[in-house]
Order: sequence, then structure tokens, then C-alpha cells
Amino acid sequence: MFQLFSVNNTVNFLRHAAPISIISMLLVIASFVSLGTKGINWGLDFTGGTVVEVEFSNPVDLNVLRGKLTSVETEGAVVQNFGSSRDVLFRLPVRENIKSDLQAIGIMKVVNSMDDNAIQKRVEFVGPQVGKQLAEQGGLAVIVALICILIYVSFRFEWRLAAGSVAALAHDVIVTLGVFSILQLEFDLTVLAGLLTVVGYSLNDTIVVYDRIRENFLKMRKGTPEEIVNQSITQTMSRTVITTGTTLIVVIALFLKGGTMIHGFATALLCGIFVGTYSSIYVASYLAIKLGINREHMMPVEIEKEGADQPPMMP
Amino acid sequence: MLNKYPMWKNLMVIIFIAVGCFYAMPNLFGEDHAVQVVATRSAEVTVTTQSNITAVLESKGIAIKRSELENGQLLVRVSDPEQQLLAKEAIAEALGNNYTVALNLAPATPEWLEAVGGSPMKLGLDLRGGVHFLMEVDMGEALRKMEEAKIADFRSQLREEKIRYAGIRKTPKGIEIKFRDAETVGVAERFLKTKSNDMVYSDGSRDGNFFLVADMSDAYIKQVKEEALQQNITTIRNRVNELGVAEPVVQRQGAERIIVELPGVQDTARAKEILGATASIEFRMVDDKADPAAAASGRVSAASEVYPRRDGGIAVLRKEVMLTGDHITGAQPTFDEYSRPQVAINLDAKGGNIFSNVTKDNIGKPMATLFIEYKDSGLRNPDGTVKMTKIEEVISVATIQARLGRNFVITGLEHKEAQSLALLLRAGALIAPVTIVEERTIGPSLGAENIQNGMQAMIFGLAIVLIFMLVYYRAFGFIANLALLANLVMVVGVMSMIPGAVLTLPGIAGMVLTVGMAVDGNVLIYERIREELLAGRSVQQAIHEGYANAFSTIADANITTFMTALILFAVGTGAVKGFAVTLMIGIATSMFTAIVGTRSIVNALWGGKRLKTLSI
Repeated sequence: MFQLFSVNNTVNFLRHAAPISIISMLLVIASFVSLGTKGINWGLDFTGGTVVEVEFSNPVDLNVLRGKLTSVETEGAVVQNFGSSRDVLFRLPVRENIKSDLQAIGIMKVVNSMDDNAIQKRVEFVGPQVGKQLAEQGGLAVIVALICILIYVSFRFEWRLAAGSVAALAHDVIVTLGVFSILQLEFDLTVLAGLLTVVGYSLNDTIVVYDRIRENFLKMRKGTPEEIVNQSITQTMSRTVITTGTTLIVVIALFLKGGTMIHGFATALLCGIFVGTYSSIYVASYLAIKLGINREHMMPVEIEKEGADQPPMMP
Repeated sequence: MLNKYPMWKNLMVIIFIAVGCFYAMPNLFGEDHAVQVVATRSAEVTVTTQSNITAVLESKGIAIKRSELENGQLLVRVSDPEQQLLAKEAIAEALGNNYTVALNLAPATPEWLEAVGGSPMKLGLDLRGGVHFLMEVDMGEALRKMEEAKIADFRSQLREEKIRYAGIRKTPKGIEIKFRDAETVGVAERFLKTKSNDMVYSDGSRDGNFFLVADMSDAYIKQVKEEALQQNITTIRNRVNELGVAEPVVQRQGAERIIVELPGVQDTARAKEILGATASIEFRMVDDKADPAAAASGRVSAASEVYPRRDGGIAVLRKEVMLTGDHITGAQPTFDEYSRPQVAINLDAKGGNIFSNVTKDNIGKPMATLFIEYKDSGLRNPDGTVKMTKIEEVISVATIQARLGRNFVITGLEHKEAQSLALLLRAGALIAPVTIVEERTIGPSLGAENIQNGMQAMIFGLAIVLIFMLVYYRAFGFIANLALLANLVMVVGVMSMIPGAVLTLPGIAGMVLTVGMAVDGNVLIYERIREELLAGRSVQQAIHEGYANAFSTIADANITTFMTALILFAVGTGAVKGFAVTLMIGIATSMFTAIVGTRSIVNALWGGKRLKTLSI
């Protein structure tokens, strides 16, 4: 049997909990600061506008290309490479009194003046109102997901653990958003899907640890809550490492090979899996302890039957 | 402790996986190049059409792989793209205008598999290329039209009942009817309530003037909006058929939006022109009492309006609409006995009744056909919505010769006009204008690239995970790998089975993610078994405890993930929905294969034996 972690010695994970949770808190604050100052680089799905994706037959100089986009239709276009130096993405904001088709046609005119064999691969246009509605829906989705989870975990476990898991989830969502904000990565619909998947994944991780905590509280007659939590984390550590490992492998595969359209999704997951794995220990479990979780909270409620203390009646 | 599974459990596992494999199978066969033939309203695709087409193609030396007639739709399969183009041209030429001939890719599922409901997964637009439109129905216009109809109703109803009114007009609060005294207001209110109970009436008398205000009830507004949306969906569906696109999607989204997806279409300009051409037609009586000179300067009675005529000049029409284009079921360009172009119109039963009644009362009087079109002006309002311009023209004025029924003709048109009017009428009129609020075009090469990228990521990730599991857990790793592969096959099988499920690029991402996360169940179980072994349990006990203890963890973890997937599905659109669907299916099948599937193999291999060691 070849094992990554030995379960014989309990590792004192919580010894470092205080400093690490401070780092976590700083991360959350940094994310908030960045979200407040830099904001999020909202993608087309949320802002509305026009996106044109073009594949040139030869690498192009973006500055030359930018210099040529001077007509009324193409003014204000953001031009960037993605994938390769031959693939160029144009982003045009919604402009009053200008038709989106004309924007796309204007771009293609300039593109074809430089390269006859360039292919228009993708055109997307989203009205600003649709985008606004989507942003509202997306934010609502994350909040509804968190509330549903809070209810489920309170019901299945205990409110202290539920609070811990939701705090961990909120932490993961905020830090992932923070990373997108700090690096100014584009936040589109697939990233939102990725963010919700992070919620699911991170919760998965937290629940596995919680399940063991509950079991150990019932099984181990001795030991402080800290010791029991340490023991539980140690016992589940090799599972955590393996599952995180396999999931990371496929997400990295998606990130490297999945193509540009799911790049954002893979980035959100990549970031979320890292944060989600450590938050199940240093945010979720630690908070539950700080909230005073102990053995009594885990005891199944015994319902005393009426008349149980009376001697049975003889027939 | 023997770890034996009852026969029925083993059978269940085998049956589930077999069914999954069976329905996943159609995906292996790829697609045939095909030509799809659909009849437009007046024609029909029959066995005769089929044999005619077969004869035509044979004469041109085009080999047919298979030709199927189903639901009034003919699908002719040929061997390669070149033959496909030739076949399409030949068929289109042979059949003429009454049929839509489109290029299509048809799943090459064998007939026996198709007979039991086998079909491959449907690919989303991001994987096969095409155009996606999100259209918004202008509900304000739909309500305004309905209010106008109500005003006309009130006029005729009050007149018939001989309740005298001084005027009717639309105000922001609703329809205001002016009366001479308070008593008539009460009489009119009681009477109108019996006639139109979908309005809310209130006494709006003020300053010695007597008004009755009628406003649409909330329920009625909802109903009008619903009808407008449904009507527009039907119309757009008809128009999409005119475009000759194979397997288009026209679907409602929410209360006032419609999604249109046209796979394979690259010519977005033409698609937009046809979809967005919001045209409708109204039949109105000409106000023959109007003074032409006064009308030219715009002075007409309150019950009439001035419209431009297509051939120049103006026409004064009564405000009252006799019939709208909604009732038109068919329209063909034809010629009369003097070879003059005309449009033959068929109405539905309700339209026929209305028309029959109004024409009976108006024989010898002139009736006008008013053409109304909304065009995208190319400009936007400050809030980002598209500005629409309304064009109204009288296309013909004809004297009613006799009482007309469900079939009649409109004359006074030029040949080309007759043709385009017939096309527009046949495709149906949009009850309210629509605007395109979202448009996405994906090139076919990009679609193919997306599939390739997704598959590459999948194979790469899968290979590493399989190798890792085998090395780390040995025999049990091998079983987990079998479960993982069975799980993938089952996801594909279920996706193929569910009629509404569409595979999208994020859907592929969801499947790839399932590969990574699906092993979690087995990892939890195996780690548990190892723990039990280390704690000194016997092999059989360890297996039993491992599965038993890991179960609640797996269930809790998966249920919560499932909940987030469900929320994603509920709020998501298009691609995100596709991701949520595959994720949900993946969670369900991976729980099954990881818990029940592997247990069945483990029990069969090691159950009931006295073992000292376990390959884990």
C-alpha cells in the first residue's frame, strides 16, 4: 500500500490557523479593495456591445491595425490577440445611434484591407439591457446558491458548521472575484458558471471534512474540539490531496487545451480549487471551532417517549 | 461478513450500464450529408414527391444513400458534400417555389438503432456553427394595438345599443369615453361591463364633464402579452421555414423574448431581413364621405385617418379595423382572367365570419388594404434599445363586389409586389414588432475547433487520471477506472436520450470536470477501506465498513453540488444551461457507478472469500 499521508500521527493543522486565517482575511480585504477601485472587467455578456473574432492568415501588428480603425463605426474598439498572433479579438462598446452590424462590417472592411484571406470566425452582439439583466440574475444565482447551502448544511449538520461552510464559500467566491479584478481578467458568463462550480467544489471539500468531524465527535470520547478537528482533517487529507489533484489535472487540461472560449471558466476553477481546498480547513473548520462547536452539538437529539420512565404495565 | 450482492443488484448495474452504452452508441456513427425537403403551406411532401426526387437524382447520376419520409419532411442522404450540393440544386430546381430545400447533416445512426429511439447528442451552435438571435417583442405596441381594437369595439357597441357618447379617446390612464350626463355614464358602464369584462371601468367625471374610463385589467394585459408572444413565435417559425434552414430552433425565453437559432447559417444579413421584417396587413373601409381637399391638408373627421397610397396620393380610411392579418392562413400570387397580378387570400374560420359580415353590409363600397411595416432604423435610443420606424401604406383600394367569405383576392398590385406580399402574408404577420437584442455568430470552422479542443482536454485529463488511479490503488484503481469510463459512457447515453439536452462547449467542459470529480466517490471509499485495514479489521469487514462509512459523505457532498448545478440551470441561459445539464447528469451517474457499480465488481471478485491482503 503506497500512501501519500500516514494517518498514524495527527498533524496539528490548527496550530497555524490563526496566522493563516489572518492572511485569508487580508486576501478578502485586498479583493474588496480591488473590486472597489479597479472593479471587474465585465465581458460582453454583461456589458453589451459587439465582439468580432478574426483569424488572419499571417501574424498582424496590432498597432497598425488599431491605427486603421478610425471610422465612426469602429472607433473605440479594443483590439487584442488571443491564442496566437494571428487571432485577433475586437471589442466594441454599445454606441448610441450606431448599428451593431455596421460596427462588425466596418471592422471586416479594415481587416480585409490588410489581409484578404482573413476569416471572420465569430460575431457577437448583446444589447446593454440584456447584459444588465444577466448581471442581476448572475449575482442572484450566487446568493441563492449560498442560502440553499446554508439551509441544507444547517439541516444535515449544525448551524455552527453551516455558518463555517458558508463563510468558507463566500471567502472562495470573493477571493476568486478578487483575482479576476486584480488581474483584470474578463468576466463573462462562463466565468460565472465557473464561480458556481467553485461553490459546489469547495462545499464538497468542506462537507467531507465536516462529515468526519461529526463522526469523530461521536466516536472519540476524549479530546478537545481542536484535537478532534485536527484528527478529522488528517484522516481526510489524503482524499483531499488525491481529489484536488485529479480535478486540478483535468482543469489544467481544460486551461491549456480547451480553447479560448472556456479559458475564463478554467481560470476561475483553477483559482477556486486552490482557495476552496485550503478554506475548508482554515476558514470553515476554524470558524466552527471559534463559534464553540463541541461534542454536545453533535449528539443526535434523543426523543424521550412518553411514559418511558414508568415501569411497564403488566398484562 | 460476506459482501455478497443479491442477483437483482448485479443485474440492475448491468442493465443500467448496458442501456447507457446502447444509447451512447449512436454517437459513434457520425453524420451523413443530407438534403432536407419541407413543404411550405400550400404544398405537401408525399411518397410521390419522394419517388420524383429519386428519379431526378438518378437521372443526374447522384447516388442516394437513403431517403426517408417522416412527418411531412423528406431527408435524402448522399455520400459526400459535393454530391450534397448537386443534389440540393437538382431538387430545388425540380420542386419549385412551394418547397424549402436545405442542406443538412443527418445522424448516420443505423435504422435498427433509430427504431428503438437511439439518436446522437445534439450539438449546440458553439460546436457546429450558426447564428443565434435573441429577439424582444415590443409589448407596448401590442398593448396599444389592443387598445385601439377596444376603442373600435366601444364605438360600435355603444352605437348599436343607442347609448349616446360625445367622444372616445386614449389617455395615459386608459380609454376615456365622454358623455353628456352622469346618468348615461352609469348606463354605459353597466352595458359595457357585460360586453367587455376584461376591462376595469371607473367614473372619471370631473369639472362638469362626464367621463367613463376603461382600463385593461392586469389579467387582460398579461393575456395580451402572452398572445402577442405566442403569435410572434408562430410567425417567426414560419419565416424561419422560408429561410430553408435545417433544424432551426424558435423558442420563448421569459415573458417577452424569443430565441432563434439557425445552425449552419452564415448569411446573417438575409436571416435578419426576413426575421425582422415586421409586416402586417389590415383591411379598412375607405371613408368615402371625406372631402379630398380637406383630407390633403390633414383635416378629417375624428373617426378617420389619412394614409399615403403606394401609387402616390392619399387615402382616407376609417379608424375601425375590419380585419387584421392574424386571420390569414394562406396567400398565393396569381393572375386574374386579364393576366393582372393579384393575391389570393385564405382566412381562418373566425376571420371568414368577420369578413363575411362586414362585406355583406358594405357591398359597393371601397375597401382598402393597409400595409404596415416596422423597420430597424439602424439607430438606437439612449437606453440601448433599437429605434424602430413605422411605415404605413395603402397598397390597394378595391370596391367590394359581393359578400366575401374565407377566400378572396386583392388586386391592384404589380407582379413583384404581389409576390412579396404573398410571401409576407403566408409567413404570417408579427402582431408586434420585434427587435434583435442579442446576436451571436459562430463560424463552422470555429465550431469544429471547439469540439477538437474539448476532446483533447478530455483525453489528456482522462489519461492522467486513469494512470494515477491504477498506480495508486492497483486492483481497486482498475475498478475505479472501469467505473469512470462507464460513467462517461452513461453521461453520453443519458445526454443522447433526453430530447432537450444539447451538448455545448461548456457542456464538454462539464464532462471533463466530471472526470476529475467523479473519482472522488471512489477515493473516499478506498481511503476508508485503507483506514479500516490499518485499524486491524479483516478484509471483508474493511470493504463493508469502507463503503458504508463513505456513503453519507458522498451523498452529502454530491447533493450540495447538485443543488448548485440546479440553480445554474434555473438562471442560466444557453451555454451555461448546457454546462449545468451535463454536470447534473454527471453527478447522478457518477454516484451510481462509484457506489453501486464498483461494489458489485468488488463483491464479485473478493466477496465471500477469506482473504489476508487486499490490492488497494
